[in-house]
Amino acid sequence: MGPALLVLLSLVGATTVERVQYDYYKYHPMSEITDWMDMIAKNYSDVASLVEYGKTYENRPISLLKIGPTTGVRKKAIWMDCGIHAREWISPAFCQYFVKQLLETYKTDSQIKEMMTNMDFYVTPVLNIDGYIYTWTTDRLWRKSRSPGALGCNCSCDCNGTDLNRNFNANWGTVGVSFNCCSQVYPGSKPLSESEAQAVVDFVEKRKDDILCFLTIHSYGQLLLVPYGHPSIAAPNYDELMKVGLAAAEAIKKVHGMEYTVGTSPDVLYANSGSSRDWARLTGINFSYTFELRDKGEHGFKLPEEQIQPTCEEAYSGAMHIISYVHDKTFKGTGSAAATATATLWMVLLAVGAALL
Amino acid sequence: MATGELNPSHYPAQRAANVVKHYLNTRYGSPYRWVGLHKVHSANAEEVAESGRKYHLEISVQEMTGNTTEKCSAEVLFPALENQRSPQVQASCEALLTANTTAQEEALYQQYRRNHTLLSGHNLPDSYGHIDPDMKPLWHLGGVASSFVMLKESTENTLYNMAQVANVTQLETENDQLRFNYHVLLHDMVSQEIIHWKLLVTWSPAEGVKVLQMEELPKCEHCEVPPKPN
Repeated sequence: MGPALLVLLSLVGATTVERVQYDYYKYHPMSEITDWMDMIAKNYSDVASLVEYGKTYENRPISLLKIGPTTGVRKKAIWMDCGIHAREWISPAFCQYFVKQLLETYKTDSQIKEMMTNMDFYVTPVLNIDGYIYTWTTDRLWRKSRSPGALGCNCSCDCNGTDLNRNFNANWGTVGVSFNCCSQVYPGSKPLSESEAQAVVDFVEKRKDDILCFLTIHSYGQLLLVPYGHPSIAAPNYDELMKVGLAAAEAIKKVHGMEYTVGTSPDVLYANSGSSRDWARLTGINFSYTFELRDKGEHGFKLPEEQIQPTCEEAYSGAMHIISYVHDKTFKGTGSAAATATATLWMVLLAVGAALL
Repeated sequence: MATGELNPSHYPAQRAANVVKHYLNTRYGSPYRWVGLHKVHSANAEEVAESGRKYHLEISVQEMTGNTTEKCSAEVLFPALENQRSPQVQASCEALLTANTTAQEEALYQQYRRNHTLLSGHNLPDSYGHIDPDMKPLWHLGGVASSFVMLKESTENTLYNMAQVANVTQLETENDQLRFNYHVLLHDMVSQEIIHWKLLVTWSPAEGVKVLQMEELPKCEHCEVPPKPN
């Protein structure tokens, strides 16, 4: 209740955009996150807008924050989603922190400013909203969506839900799943059976030529996972993904000394199929990573609130390394992608210049 | 499964090292000594005819109750399917986790013995990851006791951590051993399942931690334990 009250008080008194109180270092229930998203879109309306792009099984709207100034031309973009798995509370906390960092620094940090001019950031703080709410009301360790168990799911337990991160159309149902509906890795009755996964696909597919980087945030384990989850399939740019991932892990370590292991899921964790990361890579988004944040099992999913800040700081550093690599490669590198992007940038500058006259 | 020299950051070495962690907890754990895995330095695996697969590991472990890390050499034998299920572990650590916890353990032991009302706790950690400082020793003890189960249940296809102490109740002391009923929730990373276990745990500084009874609880009535993923 505290943070929501502070937000209300500051809205009442606020005439400038900077004075918004929100405790990024506490876990927030869904209603507070929704209010926060509304508040961000309202108070930073020149660079932030709320985009609803789907519905959960229980018919709740799924929304993202689009961060970046409108430049009048079509922009490249970065995708980040949090909260695919309900119990991984540090994940939505990170998405909120990420947005905060962008908005606090884009006016003064020239690198962020440049990136935001060239790229929009699409950030979904909680994708599995039904599941997340369920972890607040009923079962803190719930993972899946809250769609009903399939026909023939005859266990009287709570065998509802599908593992959203096994539900995407990427080698669906092949490895790392169980077709027992009670299983935590039940991939659904078919690919994209879940409206939450379908929403991501609907939004991203339309923009796949623009999305340069797809980051999906989870916990726990302290890992950076590169495609693919299937042990027999290698991404064509595996070497580059690893190089950038390892450098991101170095950046993470510099912040608070935490070690993150980098590799494919079949190498460093387990084989899996139907993940959002794999789907994004197969769709042609060359830089697709899963972040598994703190810790390594001591607290697991129940990461103490006093670790939210350091975890977010290090993850931000890692994510920013990947994002700036992808940005620089696109806008400053050689090759046709960079040339197109540079031409676009010139158009923007000319348009802005004309508008100022 | 691979044999020979293993990549220490890949999952086969990591899962075997996790088993060593559980073993060390069963041998040396206490309310003030809860062992975690810090790093795997090197690992190799070999098939042992008619026995199973044996891993040789060089690892570092850390005491989660303090800040020290130390190196250990260990061997883990995962039995072939036809044999008994639990892995067999041998380990020797450089300083044998000798951070001096004796005084704290003795003080806690005496305090718990003197209690007129028996202790109880639940939801450790709570949803926000918080544990009352007074309850931390019971949380650590739950973690150590859980290692007995996790050691017994581990295979090359599991990676266990304790997710939560759902409930702990102190029972009457018997034979100078403090006694507790624990209901713990274990997380297996590979299947992503949460598994409930009830444990009858004893502890004294002299005897260490022992688990007299352990029982897996089904998630609910009429439910079979879901099969492991493929």
